[in-house]
Amino acid sequence: MLKLRVMPTLLYKENTLVKGVRFASDRRCGSALQALKVYNRREVDELVFLDIAATGAGRPPDFTLIDELADECFMPMTVGGGVSKPAHIGQLLAVGADKVAVNSAALSDPDLIVEGARLYGKQCIVASIDVRHEDGDWRVYSHSGSRATAYDAVSWAREAERLGAGEILLTSIDRDGTRTGYDVEITRRVTAAVSIPVIASGGAGEFSHMAEVLRDGGASAVSAASIYHFTQKTPLEAKTYLQAEGFNVRL
Amino acid sequence: MPRVALVDYELCNLDSIRRALEICGAIPYVCKNGDALRDADMIVLPGVGAFGTAMKNLTASGLASSLKEQAARGVPLLGICLGMQLLAATSEEGGQNDGLALIGGDVVVLDGALTGERVPHMGWNSIDVQADDEPLFRSLPPSPNFYFVHSYHFRVADPRDVIGTTTYCGAFASVVRHGNICGTQFHPEKSQRVGFQLLENFLKQ
Repeated sequence: MLKLRVMPTLLYKENTLVKGVRFASDRRCGSALQALKVYNRREVDELVFLDIAATGAGRPPDFTLIDELADECFMPMTVGGGVSKPAHIGQLLAVGADKVAVNSAALSDPDLIVEGARLYGKQCIVASIDVRHEDGDWRVYSHSGSRATAYDAVSWAREAERLGAGEILLTSIDRDGTRTGYDVEITRRVTAAVSIPVIASGGAGEFSHMAEVLRDGGASAVSAASIYHFTQKTPLEAKTYLQAEGFNVRL
Repeated sequence: MPRVALVDYELCNLDSIRRALEICGAIPYVCKNGDALRDADMIVLPGVGAFGTAMKNLTASGLASSLKEQAARGVPLLGICLGMQLLAATSEEGGQNDGLALIGGDVVVLDGALTGERVPHMGWNSIDVQADDEPLFRSLPPSPNFYFVHSYHFRVADPRDVIGTTTYCGAFASVVRHGNICGTQFHPEKSQRVGFQLLENFLKQ
């Protein structure tokens, strides 16, 4: 039976890992390589690594950095940030990413998903979708939450699936870093609208939040950052909790 | 230590499988053409990417014919993920394409509609062992979990070639063997302890 995945997320900016609240006021939280080695030792299910400064700075992914990280990484790793053309996807896969997350560039150029899926297979294209709850709707934002787009979350998720994305990383900007729980409602709406796996992201503060979004939101995986960076909690403890609650996880 | 040829058909990263093989006690070397394959004690055919492009590259570089030659000579061969699917006679991924035809059967899409499951099949899932005394499974825990990421699966013609199955969208062949030729639909190099154990087992054959 397929296991529900528990995934730490590493956010990278200006040579260090950071973690903020609602996509702002980032706190520095250590070296990417060190964190990756720890998660490797702990045999986490999967890792998400996002360079959150790349798109804003108008630069491509840092392939040398990913190459160095991938050499230490014996777990599946999704890499994102600054991916704006199909060649970037190819280069990231070539240096050791297992999957590549696309976000801002795919919103303005949907062919990025189409070409990426055609060349490398849809299973390695992750549509990363950042949403804000506004006026009863969930608006998709690009450029690390700084620009509103014309899309609502459900229609962009559907469109991303149609274009060829193999997975969705759905992040609630409102909940990000707050540790007040995932946005279960939008997760539920998106998982109901698509038939590809959805990773819930943004807001995990307690293991019960993970249980909630897996059970009521229909997520296939839960990603989290603050809970691991700023508390003593670990992904293994999360999975032990989830198993006791009756969820099917890998221990 | 066995010299292991890592078949490079320029679609995917070979670093993690190369490093995994080194840690498991092999001397891997990257192999881009048919001639280089002849020095190998063992062969690993990795794989990420699209079936049609993979076969086109394998054929153009002379690797396809050399792979068949070495396989016929009895050199142990392990196909991983797309590498396992390439062992099949045909695949329907991106139109009908011929494979290496080293194990009978065809590659077809995973149908999530039947069971309401999400495709791609992505994440950790367990193997039900279908063979007694299979060397690849030595020292593994019962129903070990491996990391999968795929949208197609190998529908193997002869059930005796299926040595491990996994339940998803029904049940599919997740580990195959026909003599010296074997394959895993999952990624042992990304499957941590159990994955490394399986690679060690392959190397010790």
